[in-house]
Amino acid sequence: MTTFLEIRDLTMRFGGLMAVDHLSFTVEHGQIHGLIGPNGAGKTTTFNMISGFYKPTSGQVLLRGEDISGLKTHEVARRGVVRTFQHSTLFAELTVLENALVGTHMPFRPNIFAAIVGWDKEDRIGAEARAREALEFFGLDHLAGERAGDLSHGHQRALGMAVAYASHPDVVLLDEPFTGMNPEETRRMMGLMRNLRDSGITILLVEHDMQAIMGLCDTITCMSFGKFLAEGGPKEIRNHPAVIEAYLGGARHVA
Amino acid sequence: MLRAGIWILALAAFLALPHGLSFSQQEILVFLVINILLVASYRLLTLTGEWSLGHVVIMGVGAYASALYTKELGIAVPLSMLLGGLTAALVAVVLSFPLFRMKGFYFLIGSFAAGEIIRLLWKRFREPFGGAKGIKGIDPMPDFSVGFYRFDFFEPVSYYYFAGIVVGVCLWVLWRIEKSPVGLTFHAVHWQDKLAEASGVNLRAYRTLAFAIASGFAGISGALLAHYVGTINPNSFDVEVMVFVLTWAIVGGTATFYGPILGCIALTVLNEIVLRELGFEQMRPLIYGAILIASILFLPDGLESLVQKLLRRKAAPAKERVAE
Ligand SMILES: Nc1ncnc2c1ncn2[C@@H]1O[C@H](COP(=O)(O)OP(=O)(O)OP(=O)(O)O)[C@@H](O)[C@H]1O
Ligand SMILES: [Mg+2]
Repeated sequence: MTTFLEIRDLTMRFGGLMAVDHLSFTVEHGQIHGLIGPNGAGKTTTFNMISGFYKPTSGQVLLRGEDISGLKTHEVARRGVVRTFQHSTLFAELTVLENALVGTHMPFRPNIFAAIVGWDKEDRIGAEARAREALEFFGLDHLAGERAGDLSHGHQRALGMAVAYASHPDVVLLDEPFTGMNPEETRRMMGLMRNLRDSGITILLVEHDMQAIMGLCDTITCMSFGKFLAEGGPKEIRNHPAVIEAYLGGARHVA
Repeated sequence: MLRAGIWILALAAFLALPHGLSFSQQEILVFLVINILLVASYRLLTLTGEWSLGHVVIMGVGAYASALYTKELGIAVPLSMLLGGLTAALVAVVLSFPLFRMKGFYFLIGSFAAGEIIRLLWKRFREPFGGAKGIKGIDPMPDFSVGFYRFDFFEPVSYYYFAGIVVGVCLWVLWRIEKSPVGLTFHAVHWQDKLAEASGVNLRAYRTLAFAIASGFAGISGALLAHYVGTINPNSFDVEVMVFVLTWAIVGGTATFYGPILGCIALTVLNEIVLRELGFEQMRPLIYGAILIASILFLPDGLESLVQKLLRRKAAPAKERVAE
């Protein structure tokens, strides 16, 4: 059996800086997989390579055995790998529903000729149903008519995930979804992610909130200075000497 | 019900408008209708966030193409107009390869350069473009009769009706596109291209699509112009005309479908009726410049923002805006 998502020897060099250095790990289908590491470890860069924003200097990203590294972002998305962004990135000028409708672009590909003549009624109805379903999933249905830019921070993050969810992804890459959330919002978001996993979506999660990571993840990969450091379940990682050293070392470095 | 009433009223106004106007004012009306299509097609391009300085030259591509198809190939006039639009769209697709390597300011400059190159080709090649003198004696639209009305294209009123119908259909198509999922995707590409991409949108394809559609309709407007005035040359489509288009779009505002059209009508009325009566029309560029600056300073959201305010006051409790 081929592995679901495999990162193999992935490397990204920015000039003299090795942001990601021969990183390898695999993600099992149906899991919440955490990717942690101190600031600047290369987590976002790894996401950018998996999702096609950056072309890796070397190495591969294999989805069900197919090499998807070097594909364009929309091509990666069409293979089922959809990302969200570290900062709330939304269509601020559009309504919440319209944001989710953009998310349905892949399952309901617009056709300009059908749209002009009006032969795309079914698709439009289907797309709106899917968009509303996504909003409902993330508890945003009552905000459908609001301008996305006017939402609270927590709702904006949820909408970012709803846009991704609307596209029927196989894998979502979530970059620090908990930043700036209060404990109540964090707790709710954790529930939503479990629902997401239980609906069959694999999640690759970058997060600094250790409580959330430890509470959510089935497997955790820890990296530091672009390199693989350790991997295991929450318990193993929590007690792993190299991980503790990396974080304490990082802390000392910052202090 | 109310909607239908408004449409019937608009239709009646459209039919009645040229009567009671002088011959030269009727001619202006024809140009106005053509310019409305030009500026409305320009708006579709701005939906994806790109502002081009080559749009009027693309209009010229449609004009030259349609004129040459009738002259050289003997294609009948209304069909040649359609082919002229298609040609303009095709030229846009070809231009998109170099142009969409650039964004924002560089795209603006690149589009200007591309337009100037096309104008240079028209000037340089006597065969078939006629050089600096351009093309003369372009076939007019052939007269025809639809029972209750006889189209006699020597009369501006007839051409006004004909162009009005063509432009009406084009505007309807542009409107349908904007209100469709394709239009929403254009907006998405404009506001957050990264997120659009991550949602599976092929940015290049959608930018090219908007450019091609806008250019196609600009080409049709150019063809309408060519077969009305009967003579075109490279200077008919120079940057001065482009400045007028920009002024219409900015004064009217580009946030709504009707904004640029409003700007075009308002400035045409001001220019052709008021200024011409006063004998100021030589100062048109100066006055357009002044209006442009004044509108950026005092009405940054364009004339459309006034209309929106008016409408909002009427429909006091703001309704939930839901995508169609
Ligand atoms: N586009 C870029 N050009 C040059 N250097 C970059 C670029 N993007 C990231 N880097 C550098 O690569 C390293 C890894 O950055 P990255 O953003 O991947 O870290 P991270 O693990 O996501 O950190 P954080 O937890 O702070 O988000 C950093 O040293 C960063 O400065
Ligand atoms: Mg990061």
